Amino acid sequence: MLDAGSFDLRLYVSRNPQSIAVWVAMVALVIFGLIRYDNFGGAYNITSFLNYNAMFIIISVGMCFVILTGGIDLSVGSVAAFTSVIAAYLSPYGIEIALPCAVVAGLAFGLFNASCIVYLGIPPFIATLATMIGAKGGALVISGAQTVAVDWGSNFTKLGMEKAFSVFPWTIVVVAAVAFLLWLILEKTTLGRTVLAVGGGEDASVMMGLKVNRAKYFAYALSGGCAGLAGVFLASGFGAGQPLEGIGWELSAIAAVVVGGTLLTGGMGSIPATIAGALLLGLVFNILNFENGKGVISISAYWQMVIRGAFLFAVILFQARVMKTKQQ
Amino acid sequence: MLLSMTGIEKNFGGVPALSNTTLELRSGEVHALIGQNGAGKSTLIKVLTGIYDRDAGEVVFGNTACNFSSPGDAQVGGIATIYQELNLVPLRSVTENVMMGYEPKRLGYFIDWKEAHKRTRSILSRFNIDIDVTEQLGKFSTAIQQLVAIARAVSLEAKLVIMDEPTSSLDASEIETLFGVVRDLKSSGVSVLYVSHFLDELYEICDRVTVMRDGQTVAVHKVHDKSKLDLIGDMLGRDVGEIEKEGMTQLGHGFADTGELLLEANNVSTGPRLKRFNLSLHRGEIVGLGGLLGAGRTEAARAMFGVDPLVSGKLQISGQDWTPLSPTEAIEKGLAFLTEDRKVEGIIPAMSVRENLTLALLPSLSRGGQIDRAREKQIVQQYIDDLGIKTTGMEQPIRELSGGNQQKVLLARWLITDPDILILDEPTRGVDVGAKREIQIIIRNFVEKGVGVILISSEFEEIVEGANRIIVLHEGESVAELSNPGITEAALVNALAHGRVEAA
Amino acid sequence: MEYGITSLRRLGKHGGLIALAILLLFNILITPNFLQLQTLSVNISQVATIAIVAMGMTLVIATGGIDLSVGAVMALSGALAPLIFGSQFGTDYPTLGLMAALCVPMIIAMLCGWFNGAIVAYIGVQPIIATLILFISGRGIAQVLTNGNLQTFQNPAFSYLGTGKVLGLPFQGWLALVIAIILSLVISRTTFGRYLLAVGGNERAASLSGGPVHKVKIGAYIVCSALAGLAGLVVVAINSASDAARNGELMELDAIAAAVVGGALLQGGRAPIFGAILGAVIIQLVKYTLLANGIEDEYALIAKAFIILAAVYLQMGRRVKHA
Repeated sequence: MLDAGSFDLRLYVSRNPQSIAVWVAMVALVIFGLIRYDNFGGAYNITSFLNYNAMFIIISVGMCFVILTGGIDLSVGSVAAFTSVIAAYLSPYGIEIALPCAVVAGLAFGLFNASCIVYLGIPPFIATLATMIGAKGGALVISGAQTVAVDWGSNFTKLGMEKAFSVFPWTIVVVAAVAFLLWLILEKTTLGRTVLAVGGGEDASVMMGLKVNRAKYFAYALSGGCAGLAGVFLASGFGAGQPLEGIGWELSAIAAVVVGGTLLTGGMGSIPATIAGALLLGLVFNILNFENGKGVISISAYWQMVIRGAFLFAVILFQARVMKTKQQ
Repeated sequence: MLLSMTGIEKNFGGVPALSNTTLELRSGEVHALIGQNGAGKSTLIKVLTGIYDRDAGEVVFGNTACNFSSPGDAQVGGIATIYQELNLVPLRSVTENVMMGYEPKRLGYFIDWKEAHKRTRSILSRFNIDIDVTEQLGKFSTAIQQLVAIARAVSLEAKLVIMDEPTSSLDASEIETLFGVVRDLKSSGVSVLYVSHFLDELYEICDRVTVMRDGQTVAVHKVHDKSKLDLIGDMLGRDVGEIEKEGMTQLGHGFADTGELLLEANNVSTGPRLKRFNLSLHRGEIVGLGGLLGAGRTEAARAMFGVDPLVSGKLQISGQDWTPLSPTEAIEKGLAFLTEDRKVEGIIPAMSVRENLTLALLPSLSRGGQIDRAREKQIVQQYIDDLGIKTTGMEQPIRELSGGNQQKVLLARWLITDPDILILDEPTRGVDVGAKREIQIIIRNFVEKGVGVILISSEFEEIVEGANRIIVLHEGESVAELSNPGITEAALVNALAHGRVEAA
Repeated sequence: MEYGITSLRRLGKHGGLIALAILLLFNILITPNFLQLQTLSVNISQVATIAIVAMGMTLVIATGGIDLSVGAVMALSGALAPLIFGSQFGTDYPTLGLMAALCVPMIIAMLCGWFNGAIVAYIGVQPIIATLILFISGRGIAQVLTNGNLQTFQNPAFSYLGTGKVLGLPFQGWLALVIAIILSLVISRTTFGRYLLAVGGNERAASLSGGPVHKVKIGAYIVCSALAGLAGLVVVAINSASDAARNGELMELDAIAAAVVGGALLQGGRAPIFGAILGAVIIQLVKYTLLANGIEDEYALIAKAFIILAAVYLQMGRRVKHA
């Protein structure tokens, strides 16, 4: 959204045509699923779906901030793996200790990225590529190249297993809270608007007197912190810290951000649309599983990869056409 | 004395841009800063506002020595700037561009958008602008965008407002509104540093003027003590009498007979920025395109060169219909296009002088895909000598050359293709006075050899003196044609501001 | 301070060679058996595959793009080859079968490159997203073709690609060198090469000077995928087995790292072909040095990360402005 003054649907559609695709596709897929499969709309499917995708949603919204500044963060998957090990090690002390520590570790990686990018001037792609490799090595080092079991005796695993107020799983509550907070920052604070301005025109932002470097440090730290949080989810969901997980997560996050309509060059995009993008990509997977379950066709895991690729292709084509007609 | 800059030195890679430059401003004064393109005005401003670090010199602002290290710093210190290249973010809304960094807050932290929109509307109403402030800035015309940039600077409650070419896209009524705002600022004790090459404007609102030439301050006068010609003499470093006799540029000639019809454009349109363009060009003539920033001159050039597809209208080369599909086709047909911004669309920075020079000629320089190195070196050296390009050798990376020499290399890139039609978009922009004269002479020579030239220049003495005819563009349409001999600067400025020709 | 930085920059220009010299010296002195033919062969064998892909990646990076699909293309081409020479046709006509097994995967790989290039050039999608499509689905296609099965085979003629020796050193090493020479000549002597560098250096200027921007970009992606296809065949030949799930895994990262350490600039405009080989060699040598001296693989990853940062920082030149 251009800014959160007040929400006008027609205005939203006319000003954000690249986000139309994701909303339309999501609604279409949900309706398709509800019609075709029993249990699609059931509480079990919804909660396990959201539970499973919580990690991706968190990483995607963090990635959204970075992409909005015109940068990119390839390290999120490896950082999540690293912090999942940290969380597992600290699980005996309970979630109150393990979670913040993991997030701080993620923040530290994010600040490292930002320093390389802002202070040393290294392009974001390279800097975060290096961090991705280094964090992966680091995760293997501290875990001794093995998964690290969590302490089942502590309250750590409650995050993945239990529900808040017996209604919503904790994961969903946390994701919703984080998403809301980030939406607030992006739409309603100078820092958030500076992030958007930097992506829309870095030189112009400098000349306008905006605190460009501060915005960049913030964006990368945030992305790292989100990866840290995702690591906690990873550890609690699998019951163990996973140093080898996280491969390809950054690309899924980038896909979610782009599908949601954020410009890869930055300057325009929103949190709700990014979440929709992440949910949409997850929905495709969900529906493919249901389709398999129906037994009518059996789509192997390999075909699923092909279909997901084709789906991304279709979305990209649609967005490209929409942007072209908008320019005329 | 509000501002005092003394002994300022600034070098870029060994090439001096500012030498011992000085500038002094009083409180509540409207002070003009003039000089040709490349004289160093924008550089001086960027040194003051912290975009560039100075190599030497002192800056005293408001009785304190200062060393602004960033534009943000300068803003906090009380200097608001409107730069020549509009420094706004087109993807963001108008309100954001005006309020960014100063948004009204609720609870001390959260932006109050309703209030922000309201304030933006009221700030813009001072400039007689009534637009949807929630819309993306990029959707509006260049004139509106320029006024938004001015509005932002003026609303910052600064002690000094710097305006670098603020009227380059404004029409007469918008300029009057701006002057009103400037007078308001002056009466409330705010100083204004005003940079413009429309010298007539100075006489309307400015008190004193500083003249720069080749990176140095050459004169400081009270505006009304000197005539326009005197000021031009200072800017060019030439005698007033000589200028009156010989003209300001090297482009004037005698308007000899011109030859056959080379190119004709009939009601050409490529989109909302170029709606109805008409032009005819003959051998041996220079046709100037006049217009404000955003009038569509560059769009017209791009249409003729095959960069933007035609939506309607016709082009004809030597009497035959032609639909240009790409620059490659245009080059084959004998057209050449020297673009406006050499950094963005001209030079390949990492490549050598030789590689940049032959870039458009590669198809003719090679056989079966392989480049004829020997021939390449031979013609490159010839052009380096003929055009007087100062370089350590043809293998020197082009980014190491001065602006003037880079421009010469780009001009050579096109001359080497032996074109019939040469389109020049701001050929002497950002070029020192010496190189400027040399480039003008080169152009004049090629015209005399029979090339047809279409010239776009914001230094209008170049088109006033050099063009056989001037086509005036206004908001994407050809609205007038002026013919030499007989064009005066006054007539041209009039036509630009009012969108039609009036009796000079 | 000023002098220190200038000499640091000068180091950057020749840094790669200096680093290589230091690594070689260290290993010759400290690591046992380093200079033996066996060690050399093993190292060359591992480096060659990465170097071949990295050279292709260098071309794409030179246009200002990136290709994430190289690993998937490797898997695809590696899966196709055994299917062809192991099929009925291949057993009946062994020579034709072998030739088909070499050509068809390359052609398919080039088609993949054309696909990538067309999306980038004609649809205007960012390269990282455009090549993401094949990254996601390419390996899936390979696994569909092989039903997820590991294919093992015995075909000495084909295996020469990966296990053959010329003058005692692995064939693929010589192959990489030949490719490097050819590509270097193309870049420096042909119009395609000149336009390639121009497109990366300033795409708008190249387009306005009549350069065939679309064709050049697509060409770069085709060559990159072709080289990835070749590398896929080599890997399969080395192992006498094709594992579509693993072949080329994470290769895109290694190739980008090698290209960048070798001097390629992400914004485009430079195509240091031999630099790609140098980058691959340096990274491999560091890994080997650590391994041979008893340090685990994980630390090699951390070292790799810092090498990349250092290499890029040193090569960045004067354009860096400190905030």
